[in-house]
Amino acid sequence: MAQALQRAMRDAMAQDPTVHVMGEDVGTLGGVFRITDGLAKEFGEERCTDTPLAEAGILGAAVGMAMYGLRPVVEMQFDAFAYPAFEQLISHVAKMRNRTRGAMPLPITIRVPYGGGIGGVEHHSDSSEAYYAATPGLHVVTPATVEDAYGLLRASIASDDPVVFLEPKRLYWSKAQWDPAAPAAVPGIGKALVRRTGASATLITYGPSLPVCLEAAEAAREEGWDLEVVDLRSLVPFDEETVMASVRRTGRAVVVHEANGFAGPGAEIVARIQEKCFHHLEAPVLRVTGFDIPYPPPMLEKHHLPGVDRILDTVARLQWEN
Amino acid sequence: MTVQELPGAGASHRSTPPPAWRPRTDAAPLLPDPEPYRVLGTPAAEKLDPELMRRCYAELVRGRRYNAQATALTRQGRLAVYPSTVGQEACEIAAALVLEEQDWLFPSYRDTLAAVARGLDPVQALTLLRGDWHTGYDPREYRIAPLCTPLATQLPHAVGLAHAARLRGDDVVALALVGDGGTSEGDFHEALNFAAVWQAPVVFLVQNNGFAISVPLAKQTAAPTLAHKAVGYGMPGRLVDGNDIAAVHEVLSDAVRRARAGGGPTLIEAVTYRIEAHTNADDATRYRGDAEVEAWKAHDPVELLERELTARGMLDEAGIREAKEAAEAMAATLRDRMNAEPVLDPMDLFENVYAEQTGRLREQAEMLRAELDAEEQS
Repeated sequence: MAQALQRAMRDAMAQDPTVHVMGEDVGTLGGVFRITDGLAKEFGEERCTDTPLAEAGILGAAVGMAMYGLRPVVEMQFDAFAYPAFEQLISHVAKMRNRTRGAMPLPITIRVPYGGGIGGVEHHSDSSEAYYAATPGLHVVTPATVEDAYGLLRASIASDDPVVFLEPKRLYWSKAQWDPAAPAAVPGIGKALVRRTGASATLITYGPSLPVCLEAAEAAREEGWDLEVVDLRSLVPFDEETVMASVRRTGRAVVVHEANGFAGPGAEIVARIQEKCFHHLEAPVLRVTGFDIPYPPPMLEKHHLPGVDRILDTVARLQWEN
Repeated sequence: MTVQELPGAGASHRSTPPPAWRPRTDAAPLLPDPEPYRVLGTPAAEKLDPELMRRCYAELVRGRRYNAQATALTRQGRLAVYPSTVGQEACEIAAALVLEEQDWLFPSYRDTLAAVARGLDPVQALTLLRGDWHTGYDPREYRIAPLCTPLATQLPHAVGLAHAARLRGDDVVALALVGDGGTSEGDFHEALNFAAVWQAPVVFLVQNNGFAISVPLAKQTAAPTLAHKAVGYGMPGRLVDGNDIAAVHEVLSDAVRRARAGGGPTLIEAVTYRIEAHTNADDATRYRGDAEVEAWKAHDPVELLERELTARGMLDEAGIREAKEAAEAMAATLRDRMNAEPVLDPMDLFENVYAEQTGRLREQAEMLRAELDAEEQS
């Protein structure tokens, strides 16, 4: 996945001279995860820039650059390191199109490595998607496959609106086969995909939880459950059509994500399902999420992160008539 | 206990000395002068450009009248709020006049006057304060960023825009306005640091008007002056009398010229005073005395220039009358136009959130449409 992300930026930069990559350590070092490796060498330090260590400054400068017609791609290094930039994000990035009545859109892509499962210490494993998704004016997308890492990042950079691009850290080293010479055609921002078809219930998920859900779906076959798995790919816009079509088919649904459950993305999704599909439901829509706790220390994170067993236990509770 | 008395003090702990250290920049040339730079009332005034000064005078008079008219409009309920710049007009006008057409101005919410002096339609400039929309103009058309309400957050934008323009090979300078309170914000620090590291063609003008709402400068900063902050970033700091338009114009012009020539950013502190309250919602008598306000009124930017120009024969009674008549005409037009009811379409709420409306917004727009139709029928 790391390679696909890097390739997406490289191709975008080669195609469009207004694309500029910037952030702390993105140049000489190639980023702490090496996602921007080689870009400074290939395109020069003016287009892949090591900035001072200041997230508000990085994003604020990107706003000005976008006002002048550039397409900045900003790296926030780690989920929790992005918080100093929230004022710029919420007060300016998200609102510039609206407050100027369409005169000044900001095509900024904000790459945020997010989520846990890599043994990171405090402030390196947050799932902050609910904050972003709650802010009108931002698109929020997250790839779960290598193809999407490439395709969604290209689409995000090409978007005339700001996109928060959440990169599941623990999938960076995914060994999935991918042919960079022939990147698969991927649907753009705002389209969910059914990753596995099934008849007895739908798992709705995104990002780092997709592989876990697919694994759970395989394991569920032994229990006699035939699970469908929907990968949202984009939290904003939310692809209601694909989600509702799946839930209407199966009549049962579980939303799975790493982020805390309370006021998390799952709460919104469950609410919408019951608004739109109430008469198709055979059971209450359930959630499997991270606990409502600050992200735990690495030696305990396995208890916090939704795993296969917790998903299967929850699926078992969908037998509502019992 | 002194350092010498501390246990082990004086003894050498180090087996090898550290590598030689030297500061990156000589700090002395970056330091501001101890006194604010002044032109009016000093021998330097002999070199004033009569044409430029007459223009400054006309703009100052117009600016003072604009402030009065806008304040009156708040009393009539035509503006939701107006942060006055009475007493600060010299800074506002000079900021607008030093820029070339291709340059950009980054104003704060208090800097409507600078935007108007740069050529923005006064009614469009008041859109935010009137409350009919957030920004009433296309920023690219006037090269004026939207009036910025959060403090100092427009400063990194100015840096980014100036940096981008330079990368594209364009001759563009960005001038960013901020108040004394804004210098305490993190974005002020980050913007100045970025600007200096990138050597971006930016000029930061701090209008130190004495108070951040009610908090005086002494409680805002322990720095000798706000201009001293520049040294820490590696850019020159300049201190200027903010009520002396000739001085502000000269210091700003130098900084703009320097930025245009690739010399990097400058931080300028203009020492001025906010004669009126923070906004019409503020009671200034709670935090400052009449004597202080009266002392500053005696150092009024319009009178300072008028006295100097009259004494030097650059301005006569006819010139003064002409400026006042032009200001009255502007005020009358502004009053008339602001008294016209703005025409608003509630459906605009759903426009321009995204390039393409989301499904959720379409649903919500339909809901409002139905509510409006029902209202119309009843």
